[in-house]
Amino acid sequence: MVRLRAESPCAGLDLPQTAGGATLSEIVPERIVSVMPFRGREGDVDTALAAAGLGWPGPGEVVGGDGAAAVWSGRGQAMVFGAEVAPDGAAVTDQSDAWAVLRLDGPDAAAVLARLVPLDLRRRSFAAPGSARTLLSHQPCLLIRRAAETWEICVFRSMAETAVHEILRAMAGVAARG
Amino acid sequence: MRVAGYGTIDRGRDLSFTFDGRAVAAHPGDTVASALLAEGTRLMARSFKYHRPRGVWSAGSEEPSALVTVGEGAARTPNVRATMQEVWEGLGVRSQNAWPSLDRDLLGINDRLAPFLGAGFYYKTFMFPRTWWERVYEPAIRRAAGLGALSGESDADRDEKAFAHCDVLVIGGGPAGLMAALAAAEAGADVILCDEADRLGGRLLSEDEAVAGLPGAVWAAETAAALAERGVRVMTRTTVTGAYDGGTYGALERVAGHRPRSGALPRECFWQIIAGRAVLAAGAHERPIAFSDNDRPGVMSAAAARSYLHRYGVAPRSAVIFGNNDDAHRTARDLAAAGVDVKALVDCRADVETRAPYPVYAGALVVGTTGGRGLENVVIRHPGGTARIWAECLAVSGGWNPAVHLTCHMGARPLWHDDIAAFVARDDAVPGLAAAGAAAGRFDTASCLADGARVGRAAAEALGHEGGGAVDLPAANGAPYRIAPLWHVPGKGRAWVDLQNDVTVKDVALAAQENFRSVEHMKRYTTQGMAPDQGKVGNVVALAALAEATGRSLAETGTTTFRPPYTPVAISAMGAGARGAGFAPARRTTAHRASLDRGAPMIEAGLWFRPSYYPRAGETTWREACDREAATVRRRVGVCDVSTLGKVDVQGPDAAAFLDLVYAGRMSTLKVGRVRYGLMLREDGHVLDDGTAARLGEGHFVLTTTTAAAGAVMQHLEFAHQVLRPDLDVAMISVTEQWAQIAVAGPESRDLLNEVLDTPIADADWPFMSCGAVAVSGVAGRLFRISFSGEHGYELAVPARHGDALFRLLVALAEARGGCAYGMEALNVLRIEKGHITHAEIDGRVTADDVGLGRMVSGAKDCIGQAMAGRPGLTNPARGQLVGLRPVEGGALTAGATLFPEGAAWRPETAEGHVTSVAWSPELGTWLGLALLSGGRARHGARVVMRDHLRKVTTLCEVCDPVAVDPEGGRVRG
Amino acid sequence: MRLPCPLCGVRDLREFTVVGPAALKDRPGREAGAAAWDAYLHLRDNPAGATEELWWHGAGCGACLIVARDTATHAVHGARLAAEAGP
Repeated sequence: MVRLRAESPCAGLDLPQTAGGATLSEIVPERIVSVMPFRGREGDVDTALAAAGLGWPGPGEVVGGDGAAAVWSGRGQAMVFGAEVAPDGAAVTDQSDAWAVLRLDGPDAAAVLARLVPLDLRRRSFAAPGSARTLLSHQPCLLIRRAAETWEICVFRSMAETAVHEILRAMAGVAARG
Repeated sequence: MRVAGYGTIDRGRDLSFTFDGRAVAAHPGDTVASALLAEGTRLMARSFKYHRPRGVWSAGSEEPSALVTVGEGAARTPNVRATMQEVWEGLGVRSQNAWPSLDRDLLGINDRLAPFLGAGFYYKTFMFPRTWWERVYEPAIRRAAGLGALSGESDADRDEKAFAHCDVLVIGGGPAGLMAALAAAEAGADVILCDEADRLGGRLLSEDEAVAGLPGAVWAAETAAALAERGVRVMTRTTVTGAYDGGTYGALERVAGHRPRSGALPRECFWQIIAGRAVLAAGAHERPIAFSDNDRPGVMSAAAARSYLHRYGVAPRSAVIFGNNDDAHRTARDLAAAGVDVKALVDCRADVETRAPYPVYAGALVVGTTGGRGLENVVIRHPGGTARIWAECLAVSGGWNPAVHLTCHMGARPLWHDDIAAFVARDDAVPGLAAAGAAAGRFDTASCLADGARVGRAAAEALGHEGGGAVDLPAANGAPYRIAPLWHVPGKGRAWVDLQNDVTVKDVALAAQENFRSVEHMKRYTTQGMAPDQGKVGNVVALAALAEATGRSLAETGTTTFRPPYTPVAISAMGAGARGAGFAPARRTTAHRASLDRGAPMIEAGLWFRPSYYPRAGETTWREACDREAATVRRRVGVCDVSTLGKVDVQGPDAAAFLDLVYAGRMSTLKVGRVRYGLMLREDGHVLDDGTAARLGEGHFVLTTTTAAAGAVMQHLEFAHQVLRPDLDVAMISVTEQWAQIAVAGPESRDLLNEVLDTPIADADWPFMSCGAVAVSGVAGRLFRISFSGEHGYELAVPARHGDALFRLLVALAEARGGCAYGMEALNVLRIEKGHITHAEIDGRVTADDVGLGRMVSGAKDCIGQAMAGRPGLTNPARGQLVGLRPVEGGALTAGATLFPEGAAWRPETAEGHVTSVAWSPELGTWLGLALLSGGRARHGARVVMRDHLRKVTTLCEVCDPVAVDPEGGRVRG
Repeated sequence: MRLPCPLCGVRDLREFTVVGPAALKDRPGREAGAAAWDAYLHLRDNPAGATEELWWHGAGCGACLIVARDTATHAVHGARLAAEAGP
């Protein structure tokens, strides 16, 4: 029987890299599923997620920690990272291979993101943990603030190379300012 | 000359830069202008139109005259203000718009021709012959007139774009801005303070004034430190260039321009600052007085003369001061105290103090100047007669214009205030923006400090930040501003109002005389107030000249609109990062590298890159590879990456009902485990997209869309659900990125698949248009028996992490049995042979009936587009209908060609349709085309002429069925 | 321009796509007749002042919004979810 080799979205993109006070690396979550509750079923979904130590996140919320987390990812939609959940009363799809997850951390991380993302990244506006859907330059992304100086940037797998290029360029510019 | 004991720059260190190749000595902190003035150089530029010798007027970003070119080669930047360019060791600066040299500019002949070159001259002069305008006149004019030139090379210098957010944005770091930032921060607001200069202080750096008992510059530095302590984000060398909707401001930061280039350091950064409230503390600009020959190098703003003295320790040896307000007196005092030989103070007002250690002429006017490449004599007329006074510098103060520019960026016009003879912004000019200090027409330092504190606090409070207390107001000069308006001294010579565009009082009067009496018409006729300086210096004087010429008041005359940007912003900064790889995201499938490894040229399909064909040794053209691949699919088996097709997962109790709404056909009757072809219509009845719907479960579908329309379809589906039928309980999400999907097509496709599937499939269980779960070496996948090629075929989807491995495996196994990988060219041939449509056919103007799929629009249910698809214009049998074409007597077919009746003239009104797609069919040994032909379905067997006017191709064609290969569909079901 | 998404907060224009007038919600029935369909598809008010428009937060949360704004002043008065706006 044949064996199918698995490849991460950023394979061949030479990560991690550090410039100044920011480091970009790839995270490969074991599992990501999208959960979209059907009408009036948010409570059931919340209960089901609670059994996995999680909960249904409101807009911009992240429920859980570094291991497993339910991350709000849009209108009526959450991405559950790192947990096998299949709650009743919700549309569930496997998205484990859909996203390239880039971790950007360090004291300059917010300054780097400010060159790419049109969001208010101040802590009072974007608390950790928290999430937002927005644009990274010209491509859509799911931005998760794990901690004050730790961000995860989820982009479409097919656009990972462009995303890495853009982030590294911004990192170089910020680092050059010293 | 440098004056000992003056200036705040670092005089202890020396450096050197070049001006037109000549070394110039300077100190850190100097600008090009201050260093040139220090060595006695007054001539810095040639003017735009007449190539008049020009010097420096100002000491700030409003500079209209002293424009220079900085840098070499591709990095060359024209029209840089010498007053803003900080010097550094090795900086190269060149003068511009002069040939062969600044000193001896042959185009100075334009100045001699000035009587013929007044406002609007080329509108009148270069009218005939018309054809000469583009070829002769315009190039000649462009060579003779202008500012600096771009290098014409691609500039590798890197700019940057960035976003910043704050509660209160303070624009300008002078006394008002410093206090505004302090008061807002004290109240608890998050503050950004931007200033154009290299340090905070604004006008305080340029005056001999005490604040809180300290020299102004020292107080500014201490306040800057206090701001840093309170967490205020101070952005120096940053000009706020525009005010936009929603509290958005554009700002240009000069990051690297003041130091040698190094590595990845961006040259400039274009900021978009989003602020809850903004305080405009941009100060004011001193304006000139128009008199004959008021443009000679050496004539400068009195405020600039004080700036050069107090900030840079630079002063002329001798000076005449001319003004209509008390700043003229302050200038004379300061210059005299520094040892400058003040030859005369000329004040147009009669009732002024005349006791001074220099001659004071009250009720007097400067009526003209003499000189060549620099000022020599100042001619004055005073109550006792006239005098000619030799001086190196003539410092002029015509009063102050508040810097209201940003308040005009959303369409508001400022109002005229007689008491200060100036335009002041309305309070509501830009929502959330309030002016303070000199920008609000309060010119003395004490008022600026108090106004800044008040407006800064109010901005914070408006956002709910009411902490702290009122900030202490430091003691400062509160001498009131007294001015007697004086705009223009009548005389014989040319009196300049706009130094940047070479516009004189006479030009303005000419505009009025020729009935361009509105300010906007005058501006366009004379070009006054255009170009990089946007009329910062000359605008109000020009308006006064227009008011005078038209017999109106200034308030009645009004003002033109100041538009963004406040100071020029290079396109490269606004578009930073958006070229090359940054222009648009590149989407790559998981098989991208595998295709490149096989030498496939990639073509763009939207943002995606797809393999065109897979060349083999000995093949010299794409056609050879394409023909081989297409033939291999028909005879054996081919493998093609189709991961770019959009895939949408639709689930929910109402999923089937929802799909009935968005598809022309009925999807609710589809059985689980089956796939159906579907058309989506726009509400206007035309085809939006086509694809398949696979039913994976009772309430679970996966739709496919075309590659190009995936985004548009997703938006359409969200609209249909959220706006039209929010009552339907359905959830949608794109799964395009999750799955790598690979087509396996050809008579041997099932056998090939069975080499990789964990459980082999049999035709009986997997009929045409079936779907279901499969496993490949333990990896869960999905198999769809669908076919775009018309052959027995499948599409196999696996999670994307395995896409590369699966593609390589399938291609290797295919090749082992005489099959191959195939690319977009072969895919296109195969579908044209089958008459399958793409967006070449469904181009947005086409109905389901046009492409022969009218039966798919179910009449039994409502769907988007159904009602309008039935209107007469969309059901007319004479519409273009999809047909196949073949050459009758050889010859090629070309896509985009027009179809005409045999024997008819090739005219628009005789055209009967057009060719949408063509291919050489290796299967049939002929060219095949798809076309939209008027009434085409009833014309199979008839002949039409294909004419391609672009490629000059004419081919006689037979109209045939669009399905050329296997019209019974036996292969796809077999 | 910035639009206040009820889910995401105030966001930059680049995240949104304008869809059309809010009246697109009022889709005629199948049998409403040609005049009603013509009006729905083709006839548009062009107000200088207050208006309601549909915007799609496609580069954000994916919600369709009904945005109330003023075409003359550019003021944005608010936004609500189209799916919850009722008929």
